[in-house]
Amino acid sequence: MIFFWAFVIGGLICVIGQIMFDVFKLSPAHTLTTLVVAGAILDGLGLYEPLIDFAGAGATVPITSFGNSLVHGAMAEAEKHGIIGVITGMFEVTSSGISAAIIFGVIGALIFKAKG
Amino acid sequence: MTDKKKKKLPPDALKYQAFQQQREVKRPLLKNCLKAFLVGGFICLIGQLISTFYIYYFNFTEQTAGNPTTATLIFLTMLLTGFGVYDRIGQFAGAGSAVPVTGFGNAVISAAIEHKTEGFILGVGGNIFKIAGPVIVYGVFSAFIVALIKTIILEWGGF
Repeated sequence: MIFFWAFVIGGLICVIGQIMFDVFKLSPAHTLTTLVVAGAILDGLGLYEPLIDFAGAGATVPITSFGNSLVHGAMAEAEKHGIIGVITGMFEVTSSGISAAIIFGVIGALIFKAKG
Repeated sequence: MTDKKKKKLPPDALKYQAFQQQREVKRPLLKNCLKAFLVGGFICLIGQLISTFYIYYFNFTEQTAGNPTTATLIFLTMLLTGFGVYDRIGQFAGAGSAVPVTGFGNAVISAAIEHKTEGFILGVGGNIFKIAGPVIVYGVFSAFIVALIKTIILEWGGF
C-alpha cells in the first residue's frame, strides 16, 4: 500500500510544481525554492513527518523534504544545545543529498563530456 | 504588468504587447499536469522500492531510509544525465522530473559537466551550484528562521 501512496503523493507534489510553472509562470529555480521553503514551514508546523509516515518516498523524494530535513536537523540539535544548535545541526540530516550531489557531480564531470 | 509600468511605454509597445498576449501559445495545463503526475509518481515509486530495500536489508527505518535513497537516486541521475537521457525525460515531464530530488541532482550534475571546459577549479567548482544554489540558500535560510522560532517558542513559551 505504501507503494501506491508514494506514487500518488509524489505525483501530486509534482503537479503542484507543474501548476506553478504553467499558471504562475515561475521559473524552475523559483518553483523549487518555493517548494523547499514550503517544506521547511510544513515541518515547523509538525505536518511533514506524518506525511512521510503515510507516503514514504512519496514525501521524502520530492525537494520539499529537503526543507523538512534541514529543520529536522536543526531542531534535533537545538534540543540538546539550545539556540546555538539551530546553526550547528542544520546539515545533520540533509548532508547525504548535498554531498551525493557534489560527489557525483564531480565524478560526472570527470567521466562525461558536454553534448552539443 | 502593472499599470504604472504601462504608462511609461510608447503606444507601439502597448500594441505589441496586446498582440503578443493574443498570439502566445496556450500551455496545455491538464496534459502537462498529468505527465508531471505520472513521471513524478514513478520516480517516487522507484524511490520507495530503493528505500524498502534499505529498510529490509540494512536496518534503516521509514524516517531514516530517506538519506541513502536520496544518494542512490542522485547516483542514478548522474548516469541518466551523463548519457543525455534526463534532458529528454525533462522535456516530456516538466515539473515531474524537476521537483523530485533527481531534478536537484540533475541541476548540479549537468552544471558540472557543462562547465568542464572552463577547467576543474573555476569551471566545475565555481559553477556546480549555479542552478541548484538558490534551493540550498533559501532552504537553509528558511529552515533557520523556522527552527529559531520553534526553539524560542519551546524554550520560553512555557508549553
